[in-house]
Amino acid sequence: MLRLLTQRVLLAIPLLFVVCAGTFLLIELLPGDAAQALAGQTSSDEQIQQLRESLGLDQPLLTRLWEWIDGALHGDLGLSQTYGLPVTEIMNSRLSVTLSLVVGTTLVAAVLGVALGIAGALHVGPVGRFVDGLSLAGLAFPSFFLGLLLVSWLAISIPVFPATGYVPFSTSPTEWFRSLVLPVVTLALPGVAVIAKQTRDSILETMTRPFVRTLRASGVTRRSILYKHVLRNASISVLTVVGLVFVGALGGTVIVESVFALPGLGGLAVEATLKNDVPIMQGVVLYFTVIVIIVNLLVDVAYAALDPRIRAS
Amino acid sequence: MTRLATDPVASLPQAPSAQRGALGTLLRRPAAIVAIAYLAILVVVSVAAPLIAPADPLGLDLARVLSGPTQNNLLGTDSLGRDVLSRILYGGRRSLISVVEGVVVVLAIGVPLGLAAGYFRGWGDSVISRISDVLLAVPGIILVLVILAVVPRNEDVAMVAFAVLGAPSVFRVVRGATLRVREELYIAAARVSGLSHPRIVMRHVLPRITGPVVVQASLFAAYALLFETGIAYLGLAADPSTPTWGGMVGEASTVIQQQQWLVIPSGVTIAVTILAFGLLGDSLRDALAVDERIASSAARGGKRAPAPVVVENASEPASSREGALLDVRNMSVSVLSEDGVTPVVEGVSFDVMPGETVGLIGESGCGKSVTAYAILRLLPPELVLASGQVFLDGTDIAAASDRDFDRLRGRTLAYVSQEPQPSLDPTFTVGSQLSEVVRNHEGGTRREAKQRALELLELVELPGAQQVARARAHELSGGMAQRVAIAIALAGRPKLLIADEPTTALDVTIQAEILALLRRLKAETGLAMLLITHNWGVVADTCDRTVVMYAGQVVERADVQDLFDRPLHPYTRGLLESEPALAEPGALLTAMPGSVPAPGSWSSGCRFAARCPFAVAECSDGAVPLAPVGTGRQSRCLRVDEIFGAVTA
Repeated sequence: MLRLLTQRVLLAIPLLFVVCAGTFLLIELLPGDAAQALAGQTSSDEQIQQLRESLGLDQPLLTRLWEWIDGALHGDLGLSQTYGLPVTEIMNSRLSVTLSLVVGTTLVAAVLGVALGIAGALHVGPVGRFVDGLSLAGLAFPSFFLGLLLVSWLAISIPVFPATGYVPFSTSPTEWFRSLVLPVVTLALPGVAVIAKQTRDSILETMTRPFVRTLRASGVTRRSILYKHVLRNASISVLTVVGLVFVGALGGTVIVESVFALPGLGGLAVEATLKNDVPIMQGVVLYFTVIVIIVNLLVDVAYAALDPRIRAS
Repeated sequence: MTRLATDPVASLPQAPSAQRGALGTLLRRPAAIVAIAYLAILVVVSVAAPLIAPADPLGLDLARVLSGPTQNNLLGTDSLGRDVLSRILYGGRRSLISVVEGVVVVLAIGVPLGLAAGYFRGWGDSVISRISDVLLAVPGIILVLVILAVVPRNEDVAMVAFAVLGAPSVFRVVRGATLRVREELYIAAARVSGLSHPRIVMRHVLPRITGPVVVQASLFAAYALLFETGIAYLGLAADPSTPTWGGMVGEASTVIQQQQWLVIPSGVTIAVTILAFGLLGDSLRDALAVDERIASSAARGGKRAPAPVVVENASEPASSREGALLDVRNMSVSVLSEDGVTPVVEGVSFDVMPGETVGLIGESGCGKSVTAYAILRLLPPELVLASGQVFLDGTDIAAASDRDFDRLRGRTLAYVSQEPQPSLDPTFTVGSQLSEVVRNHEGGTRREAKQRALELLELVELPGAQQVARARAHELSGGMAQRVAIAIALAGRPKLLIADEPTTALDVTIQAEILALLRRLKAETGLAMLLITHNWGVVADTCDRTVVMYAGQVVERADVQDLFDRPLHPYTRGLLESEPALAEPGALLTAMPGSVPAPGSWSSGCRFAARCPFAVAECSDGAVPLAPVGTGRQSRCLRVDEIFGAVTA
C-alpha cells in the first residue's frame, strides 16, 4: 500500500509540471496579449509596454516559467493585478468555501446515487425509468437554470434557505449548512444520476459473475450476497465514477458559485477571467490540479482497500 | 488470374446495411421524431428571426420593464423593457453557430485520428491516453477560462477550445468502431482485392461507423450548448448587448427578487434544446443497438425455426426409478427474448440414485450446463423452466418457495463450477467465504465456523489449511481454487454434488488429482454426483451411468460399461471415436464433421442428421423418440437396428 502511494505521488509531480507549463505555453501562444487585455482598449502602446515590463512579460518565456515554478515551490504565486494581493492569500481564503461545496456535493451524490442504483438493480422497472429520467434531467437542466429555479422556489416563494451568500462554519455551523443546501443540491443532481446508473449496471453485471452462482448454490441468500459480496465488488467501478463526479463538481463551481454568490475559487476564476487577471488564473489551475490529483490518489487508495489484487501489484 | 472489369468491389461480400435499418428504427421512436422536428423548427426560426420576431430585440421601453407575459409581449419584457420572445428568437443564432462550431471541430479532430488509429492499429492509443490524462487533471471549463482571460469575449475561440477538450472521447469511440469493422470479412476482401487504404477507409469503413459518430456528435452538441449557455450566463462570451440565451438567464438572475418569471423563457428554451440533442443521441444509440442485435441474430441462425411443438413423451420410457435422489422428468428450458421463446433444453429426463455418479456428456452447446442451472434453480434471468418437473429427494423444486429452496441448496444439493478462480469472490479471503457458508448452514460462533472451515480445507487435501484460509482467489492456483470450491460445496454435507466440468480448466496432472479427490469423497461419504463433462476419460474414471445430450435433447442413456462396449447412437459413437485417449494405437482418429446447431436452428426431425454418416431422408421427417434399446438403455435413433444390429426389444 505504501509503495502504491509513493508511486502515485511520484507520478503526480511530472503531471503537475506539465499542466502548469502547458498553461504557461497556452497563454503565450494565444493571439491575445495579457498586458493588452488587462490595460483595455483605450490605453496607449506606451502604457501597455510599461505594464508588460512591470508584469515581467518582456522576459523570455523560459525565464518566466522558471521564476513562476521557483516561486510556486516557495509558496509564492505572484501578485494579483486586480486585487493587489498575493495570489496565494486570495486563494487560501477562498479554498474552504469551494471544498465545502464540492465535498458536500460528492457525498450527497454518492449516497443518493448508490441508494437509487441498488433500488434500480432490485426493481428494474419503475426505479430504472426514474433513474433514466433523472439522468436526462441532470443533462438538460444547466446548473445556472436549476440553481435559479431552486432560489425562486425555496428562497423567494417559500423562504426556507438563503438565496445567496456563504456563512463560514466557524461563525455558525447551522447557517453554514443552510447556505450550502441549495448550491449542493444544484451541483449534485447530474452526479446522482450518473452514480445511480453506474451502480445499477455494475451490480447487475456482478450478479452474473460465477462466484455469485457458487454462493447461491451453497445456500447463501440473495440478499446477503447482494449486500456483502456484490456491493463490494461493484463498488470498484462506482468509485471511479464518484471520482469523476467530484472533478465535474469542481468545474461546476465556476457557475454555481456565481449563481449563489459564494466566495470560492470557482467564482474567483470567473472574476479573474472578466478582469484578465492571468496570475490568478494560473493559481486557479494549480489549485484545481492539486485538488484533482489528491482526489485521484484517494480513489486509488480506496481501490486498493477494496480490491486485494491491486494492493498486491 | 482474371481481372475484374471496373469495380472490384461489386463482387465482394456486401457490408451489412445496418445504417439504413437504424434510420428506420429511429424514425419509429416518438422521442426521436419530436427531437428532430423541434431542432428543425429551431433552425428555421433562428434563421428567420428578423422576419418573424414581433419586436426589435434591442428596443428599449423603460415604461414597460419586467412586465410578465402580456398580449404585446407574449413572454414578457426584461429589466430594460425589451421583448423576451424576440430576444430568444435572435439569441438562438449565436448558440446554434457555437454548437455547429464545436461539433465540426470535435469531429474534425476525433474522426480522422480515430479512423487512422483504428485502421492501422498499434499507435495513437497510448499517446491519446497520455494527453487525456493531462486534460482530465484539470476541469475543462477552467482551461477555457484561462483562454478567455487572455482572449476576452471571443466565443469562437472558447468553442474551439471546448471541442479540443472533447475530442479524445470521440477519438475513442471512432477508434473502437473502426477496430471492429476492420475485422469483418468484406474489409479483408477489399484489402486482398488490392484497393488502396484511403479508398477502403473512405468507401467501406467510414460509412459503417457513421452511426456511432452521429450519436457522439449529437451528444456532444448537447454538451456544447450546455457549455455555451454557461459562459454566456457568466457574461464571458459575447458583447453584453447581443441577445444570447445564457446571457438572458444571467440578466434575469440579477432581478430574480423582483421578477421570478424572467428566468423561465430563456431557461426552458435552453433545457428543451439540450434535451432535444441528448434524446436524439440516445434514441439513435438505442436504434443502432437494436439493429445490431437483429443483424447478428440473423447472421447466427437465419430465419427462426417455428416454435417446436413440445413432444409429449407418452411413448418414452419412464426413466424414474424408486428412491431416486434426483429425478428430472421431461424438463424443458427456453430463452425469452424480444423475438419470442426459443427452447435450449427440451424434454430431458434422467435420474440419480443415492451414492451414484451419473455423467452428463456432450459437446459444448448441447445444454448440459443449462440443465444443471435449472436443477439448481439458478437459471440466468433470460432463461425459464418451460415445462417438466424436477424432484430432489422427493421435493418438487419448482413448487418449493425461495426460502425453502435456499435451505436445500448446499445441504441437499451442492455445485462446483468449471471456473475455479472466478467462482470465488476475489475480495474476500478463502477462510471468510468458507466460514460464511458454514455459518449459513450450521449457525454457531465465528470460532466454530472457522474451525469447521479448516477441517473442510483438510478434507479436500489442501496442505497448509491455515495459510490457504488467509489467501484470496488470485493467490491460489487453479487446482487449489477448485479444491476450495469443493470445500465450499461440501460445507453443508450435501447428498448430491453437481459438478460442471470440474476439471476442464486444469492441467492434466491436477485433473487426475481432483478426480481422485471426488472419487474418495464419494466412497467415504456416499455422495451422489451429477458430473457434466465432454471428456470420456472423466466418465470412465468416475461414473456409473451416462446420459448423452445433443442439441438440447437426451440422445442416449446407458450404464458406463455398456456404453463404452457398444454405443447405440451415431452421436455417441462419433464422440467416442474422436477421443484420443480411447483410440486403439495405430488406428485413425476420426473427427466428427460440423458443429452443434444453435438453439433456434434445430431441425424438426433428428437434430443430428446433418452430421450423421448414416442419415437417410426419413431421419428429417419428424421428431425421433427416445426408445428403449437392449436392457435398461435408450437411444434416439430411427435406424438403430440397421446400424448397430437388432437391439430394440
